[in-house]
Parts: sequence; structure tokens; C-alpha cells
Amino acid sequence: MPVLDLANPTRFLALTDRALPWLAAATLLAFALGANQVYLAPDDYQQGATVKIMYIHVPAAWLGLFAWTLMSAAALGTLVWRHPLADAAAKAAAPIGTAFTLMCLVTGSLWGRPMWGTYWVWDARLTSVLVLFLMYLGVMALWRTVDDPARAARGAAVLTLVGAINIPIIKFSVDWWSTLHQPASVLRLGGSTIHPAILLPLIVMIIAFTLLFLTLHLAAMRNEIMRRRVRTMLMMRADARP
Amino acid sequence: MTADLGPHAAFIVTAYGAAIAIVAGLILWVLLDRRYLSRALDELEAQGITRRSERTNEEKP
Repeated sequence: MPVLDLANPTRFLALTDRALPWLAAATLLAFALGANQVYLAPDDYQQGATVKIMYIHVPAAWLGLFAWTLMSAAALGTLVWRHPLADAAAKAAAPIGTAFTLMCLVTGSLWGRPMWGTYWVWDARLTSVLVLFLMYLGVMALWRTVDDPARAARGAAVLTLVGAINIPIIKFSVDWWSTLHQPASVLRLGGSTIHPAILLPLIVMIIAFTLLFLTLHLAAMRNEIMRRRVRTMLMMRADARP
Repeated sequence: MTADLGPHAAFIVTAYGAAIAIVAGLILWVLLDRRYLSRALDELEAQGITRRSERTNEEKP
């Protein structure tokens, strides 16, 4: 099947119907493997067992950033090609990105209290992630405010692209400013600084969470296409009435 | 065999509990939304309303 065929909503629905059960099964398998790895992982020499919070905090942070990056790519599809599937991809990703950013903030706070002695500090990393969370809420509010999905999509796309400036700020905030949050330790020049016994479970959990994101995103995109069909049919019914 | 979570067990358990609740909420949202939309589509189709792309050649004007 040519890649461009996937841009057809009907063909996309047929593809997702076939792919979703496999993706869901792969997600469950990855989480089972990840849970086992997390259970067997040793404690950190400084953090103790609290390091186990990192196995959910880091994947959640990664997906919070990834979802906005995906929405930014979809925003280009909306503004340049005005493709309805790009609108659906962006709209479906927003609540999922919001949820993972919230998970990142909550688990980070719960790690910070025993390790830093506080749930929250207004340092550059924490504040920029909070800004990301608020931007997610703003984009979702915009989608709900405008009735016409095509107009809402264009407004949300502009807001998403403006908000994309925050993604590199979050990533490099720990390098640019003096922060309580530790610098990059997984993806960095010179390799990871994490011991393999802790890094391996972390990578498995990142893969599991990413598969979960893909499964939820495809399912939410399918719902979004169905929502547009319902809307179209309701308008046709209204037009048909005398 | 149970994992020894040390003196900060409450923070670890709460963090995992929050993560599970958020993921469960997402899954529930997708499934309930799908059920609502499927029902709405079925009801509209039962009323004889079809999108232009789904009409047969005889139905098209």
C-alpha cells in the first residue's frame, strides 16, 4: 500500500482496525517485561528505592515532549496541506500529551520531596514543563471554543507552532540555567551516565510507554475521524428537514 | 517475595498509583468515546442518513 493512501481517512480507519490489536498486545507485553525489570532493578546508591519513580517519570516526560513535537509536525500538515488527518492527529495527541505531562509533574514532585526536601521549586526545568502543561490545556480549550473543526484546527496549529519554542527550552534548560533538576543523563554526548542495571529497565519502560502512546493515539485519531463523520451526518440531517 | 521500598515507600507507591490512575483514565476516555461515537453513527445510519461518499450510484443525484 503506498504511503499516501494512508492519508485517506477511510483507508486509515481500515489500517488502524488491523494494527490496534497488535499494538495493544505489544504494549501489554512490553509493560509486563518492564514491570519485571523494575522489580528486579537494584536500588540507587544515593536515591535508594526512590529511583523506581524514575521508571515512570522519565518516560512520562519524554512523551509529554514527544506529543507536542508530533502536534507541531501535524500543525504543518494542517497549515500547509490543510489535510483533515493532520487535524485529527493533532487533536487526538493533545489530551494524551496533557496526561503524560501531568504524570511527569506529579511523579517528579513525589520524587522531589524525599530527595530534594520539597515538592516544587521554580527552577527552569520544572517551570518550563509546567508551561508545557498549561499550553496543552490552552490548545484543548481552543479546540472546544471554535465550532468549525477546520477553523479550530488552523487556530490550534498556529498556537502549537508558537508553543514548540518551549520544547528546546525544556530540553536545554538544565544546561542554560542553574537548576536543581539534574542535567541530562540518558541522552547526552559522551553516552549515558546511568549504570546499565538501572538504564536497561528504564529503556524497557520508555519503549512500553511509547507503545502505549502510539496505541492510544491511533485509537483517539480513529475516534476523531468518527466524530467528524457524526458531525457531517448531523448537518445533513438538519439540511434535509423542511 | 516483596520489594523493600525503604523509608520513602509511600512516595513510590503514590507515584505508581497516580501513573496507573492517569493511564486508566486515558484508556477509559478512548473506549467510552468510541462507544458513544459508534452508537451515534449507527443511529444516524438507521435514520437513512449516509455521507455522499457512501451512497450507491442509484442514490446519487
